[in-house]
Amino acid sequence: MLRRPRILLWSTLALLPALASTVLIAESPDEKRISVYAVVANYSLPVSEHNGRDYVGLLELLEPLGTVTARIHGNRWKLLYNDAECDFTTGEKQVRVRGKDFDLPASFLVENGRGQVPLSSLSTLLPRILGGPVIFNEAARRLFVGSVAVHFTALVSKTVPPKLVLNFSSPVNPTIATEPGKLRMAFTREAVVAPGSQLLTFDSKVIPSASFQESNGAAELVVTGTVPLLAVFSNDGRTITIAPSTAAVAVAPKPIAPTPAPAIEHTPPPATSPVATPAVMAPVAASPAVTHYVAVVDASHGGDERGAALTETIAEKDVTLAMARSLHQELVARGLATMLVRDADVTLTSDQRGSMANSAGAAIYICIHASSEGRGVRLYTALLPPGGENRGLFLDWATAQAPFQQASLMAEEAVAGELKRKNIPVRSLTASLRPLNNIANAALAVEVAPTTGDVTQLSSSVYQQLIAAAVASAVAEVRDKLQVGQK
Amino acid sequence: MIPRHLIIAVVVMVAVALAMGFYVWRMPRRAAVAAPVPSNTQPVAPPASGPTENVTLYIAYDDSGSLRARTASIPLPAGRQERAEELLRALIDIYLDKSSPHPLGTGSEIRDVYLVDPGLAVIDVNGAFANLHRSGVLVEELTVASLIETLSANIPGITRAKILVDGNQRDTLAGHIDLTNFFDVAAVSQLAAQLQNTP
Repeated sequence: MLRRPRILLWSTLALLPALASTVLIAESPDEKRISVYAVVANYSLPVSEHNGRDYVGLLELLEPLGTVTARIHGNRWKLLYNDAECDFTTGEKQVRVRGKDFDLPASFLVENGRGQVPLSSLSTLLPRILGGPVIFNEAARRLFVGSVAVHFTALVSKTVPPKLVLNFSSPVNPTIATEPGKLRMAFTREAVVAPGSQLLTFDSKVIPSASFQESNGAAELVVTGTVPLLAVFSNDGRTITIAPSTAAVAVAPKPIAPTPAPAIEHTPPPATSPVATPAVMAPVAASPAVTHYVAVVDASHGGDERGAALTETIAEKDVTLAMARSLHQELVARGLATMLVRDADVTLTSDQRGSMANSAGAAIYICIHASSEGRGVRLYTALLPPGGENRGLFLDWATAQAPFQQASLMAEEAVAGELKRKNIPVRSLTASLRPLNNIANAALAVEVAPTTGDVTQLSSSVYQQLIAAAVASAVAEVRDKLQVGQK
Repeated sequence: MIPRHLIIAVVVMVAVALAMGFYVWRMPRRAAVAAPVPSNTQPVAPPASGPTENVTLYIAYDDSGSLRARTASIPLPAGRQERAEELLRALIDIYLDKSSPHPLGTGSEIRDVYLVDPGLAVIDVNGAFANLHRSGVLVEELTVASLIETLSANIPGITRAKILVDGNQRDTLAGHIDLTNFFDVAAVSQLAAQLQNTP
């Protein structure tokens, strides 16, 4: 009688280390994480909570992006990132970056010798340290450094049976899981961003909708189907075709990754080992600092600034973002490196937009507006204020566009011509519309209105893509002339 | 001994006298409280006086997204600044009319127009004008071009214009057209010419 409990005890003791190591290796699905997407690496880091706020280690965050060192002097924490010196004080909000003081939204902390900054500070702190734009979706804890977002379009073909074709701007390799009526694709390492709307509806009874969600540093696309669905990868991972299982196998005999799994793996890569990006949006350069953009695309409004209320439910800021993403994709598809000024629902001032566009040094700046009034597309170049004096290398901020107006008019003419060729009504005007007058390159605003009088046309991905393709073709056409003018 | 009915009568009379005194004392206060509140607290511009003159108003039309010149006959005062104000008020009256081709928000007004030499016109509109204005590049631009072109076409010598809202600088009219800078009247005239070409 006594031997059996002993065996049980020894067996349990022997299993304990294995059990413990399993627990340590596996990350809790509830653990808070932040994902960072940059040209040099995509990686994720744990998020800790202090005084009810989320914090992340700054050294760990910057390590994959460049050369970084940190030293502790008493309660001071000094960090050197490339050539940027940063000075933090434990328990203080005020920090000094590149010789300039500013306040964090909450106190800086040091934990086990590691400097921790509040997550809510990243969108203001990182541009100062990195010297370039970042976009931080705080709710989903996804940080985009530079123009790295992966966009996609979703179209259902009219074939029998119908197929949902997802085209991504870079190769993707999501974890796929199926359940009755749904096919889930989890993007843990790719910087996939939402299309214009979080909910996509299709004119198909077999595949009626898809929804895009972002949370805890990952993105998930859930496709709803009335029959079992199968995903097939093609075009080097840039295209995913989703179709009823038998049809999908028939059109693509060599599926790469569709492995129905009982659950999605949410295991992000280890914090200290950045994962190389499978592909990047803009042409890859040796360093992100030397990326030469041809175009800068700016979705007007955003965040607190909704723009015009196009209908009770459609805000201008959402339409402009979807349009800008579509234009970005069309430009990249034509081999034109493009930077998106706003790639999330964030508030940016006109000065910030102007500064970002000028810093990018692109040949052309295009900002997108949307309107329920009028028909077709209106193109605007800057209506400059009077005066303005340029001294040497320094341009007057209010009239910085003045020397580039001819280039802007040339681009406007090309875009108008391309839109006319596609039978889209177009008008060319000038407007006192910031930041057009602050841009030191060719600059153009595109205000899109419906052609049919039906405002919902503005949300149609087909209409958005039609206009985006026309604008992108025109930019590609005059690219050389714009870049010659730039030199 | 005083009869009982007499005591009661005196007490009643004293009570009535006190009640009436209290009532009279309260009367002015009640009257003040009951004074009618004016329904519109905004200052009313005095009616324009002076001989009627023919002027050109540049009217915005939303349906075609265009600006069209219209001759109108309105009484104009002698002073240059007062003339400028009356011109723009006549324009706003058209936009506030039921059959307006370019509706503005209820209560939109021109507060003042200041003509500052050399060549600067400052147009001060009220809060309702900007707060209730529809948002969009073209719709805001039509309003601004209409105001400035009407002013410059009828008041010679204006080269720059500035638009204030309730006497203060504002970033944009309704989210798009920039109001932080001065408008170059010559450039606005070119724009007005573009806007007169109906697409």
